Amino acid sequence: MTATLEPRTTQQVAPPNGTSKRRSLTKRVSPFTYVALTFMTFISVFPFYWMYVVASNGSEEISKIPPSLTPGGNFPHVVKTITEAVPFWHAIFNTAAVSTVIAVSNVFFSTLAGFALAKLRVPGKRGMLLFIIGTMMLPAQLGVIFMYMVMSWLNWINDFKALVVPAIVGAFGVFWMRQIIDSQLPNELLEAARIDGASVFRIYRSIVVPTVMPAAFVLGLFSFLGTWNDYLWPSLVLNDPERFTVQVAITQLNNSYTVDYAANMGAALLGTTPLLLLFIFVGRRLVAGVMEGAVKG
Amino acid sequence: MTTATTATVPRRRRRLSAIARQDRVGLFYVAPFFVHFVLFGAIPIVFTTALAFFNADFQTYYDFITTHQLSVLTNAFAGLENFRELFKDSYFWLALRNTFSIWLISTVPQLVIAFGLASLLANARLRASTFWRTVLMVPNITSVLAVAIVFQQLFGRDFGIVNVLLHYVGQKPVEWVAGTIPSHAAIATMINWRWLGYNSLIFLAAILAIPKELYESASLDGASRWQTVRYVTIPQMKNTITFMLVMGTIGGLGLFVEPLTYGGGFDGGANSQFLTMTLYLYKQAFMNQRLGYGAAIGVGITLVVMVISAINFMITRRIAGEESK
Repeated sequence: MTATLEPRTTQQVAPPNGTSKRRSLTKRVSPFTYVALTFMTFISVFPFYWMYVVASNGSEEISKIPPSLTPGGNFPHVVKTITEAVPFWHAIFNTAAVSTVIAVSNVFFSTLAGFALAKLRVPGKRGMLLFIIGTMMLPAQLGVIFMYMVMSWLNWINDFKALVVPAIVGAFGVFWMRQIIDSQLPNELLEAARIDGASVFRIYRSIVVPTVMPAAFVLGLFSFLGTWNDYLWPSLVLNDPERFTVQVAITQLNNSYTVDYAANMGAALLGTTPLLLLFIFVGRRLVAGVMEGAVKG
Repeated sequence: MTTATTATVPRRRRRLSAIARQDRVGLFYVAPFFVHFVLFGAIPIVFTTALAFFNADFQTYYDFITTHQLSVLTNAFAGLENFRELFKDSYFWLALRNTFSIWLISTVPQLVIAFGLASLLANARLRASTFWRTVLMVPNITSVLAVAIVFQQLFGRDFGIVNVLLHYVGQKPVEWVAGTIPSHAAIATMINWRWLGYNSLIFLAAILAIPKELYESASLDGASRWQTVRYVTIPQMKNTITFMLVMGTIGGLGLFVEPLTYGGGFDGGANSQFLTMTLYLYKQAFMNQRLGYGAAIGVGITLVVMVISAINFMITRRIAGEESK
């Protein structure tokens, strides 16, 4: 096994004389680059800071000229307003649970299908792949009306099944995992396992899963974030406050008050904070995943 | 391929077919996706399309599922009436124009700036490159709803920061909600804020994947910086650009959470100045309870998406296809 892999690895290393040439080609980084990137960083972070500024000052402080640009001491009060109006902590828990289930099932079904489409001799596999890419181009809103009717027929309104079941697997995940498995899993490894007489599922479990774990984790993250941030579908199928997801709870607040900016912004911030905390730990992997999954060439 | 081959081939084929037989289990691996797609993708789409030919509200629907009387359906059958109405519906055409306007002022600057940022990030000598890349991704993890809430405040007429800043440079306050173009610009800003970093990273990945030899030969040929971008970078990124245009079109034409939150309702502003197509679909289907008409709007949106995707495809072929040879 090692013997077959060896020549490949040496080929991938670039010839040494190429590197020196390449160096001379890269331009010096101009100060403008750093100014531009710092500006972009400010733009990216400012809205979060602003959420806190408004939420911690209360609407009156913000409604004057000049508005205060620094946080005030009102944040606990705003949090209390929010949690009294809607069961917000409940909503956070609901959303975390639903998002986790959807993320795990997406990862499982997508790696399985992606493996079959990338490496197994399955009849009609090219056609299947084209079909999957095609389904990604369908506008999602087209089926919503009928889906809603089905959910009410199944009595799934206010049931988390209405969120989970339609989302357990999706075209994007399958396509993405197929691309990843196709490029990251060496055929030699697969051949060797076959010669050793491993069953297909055994290959999946012992070779595919460990190899593509980082990419599968990123897919899980995407799916988690997508569910966490989904707004339309949950707001249609959930109307019992105890069942609200975070996004539905935030809108509820928006509707039940005469635009209370402080409460709105506070809720938006509370609903985003878990993701920001998560991002601190997984941001780098997410970035790597986005770039890995990008269509190249 | 059939008979005239050497003796080793049949044996090889037998070995392969053993693998092929074993691999057939792969059909079960892809089956969950397809079963799920039929149940939650295809059937809803087909039936929603069918619904467009009926004059149906929720009552019609409940009557049908409780009585199981076909006459309920035949009575509600409307033929092409919904489509005829849609064709004459000035709100739908207004929504189409608004959607296009917002999509245009969000897509074009976004892709240009993202490309610029990606070129800055692609420099191998850039310090703290991981930090910059990661920070650019932060807006993308935020929910559309949270983004809309913040920007709604930032673009507030009287006390929003944007107008306050304009006041200090001696400008009159802009009607960011009541005005047509200003409201489109505000909504486009929300979209741009959320997607700029993500798109930069996609462009960056594509730039980094371009073989360095192409740049070397371009510089040996004495190509200018602009010529290098035009004849090396852009053609090499053909697939990425096509992909982003197609996905951006689908996302852009499906736009509705931003205008919904920004206007605080399904009307898209007091004069429907930022009513979008999908917002109109939900307004008709779920607010006015006109499921059939909502479905017809959905069919209309799909036709628009298909036409635009085809145009996109031809344009990207034109731009990048010929020069890449």
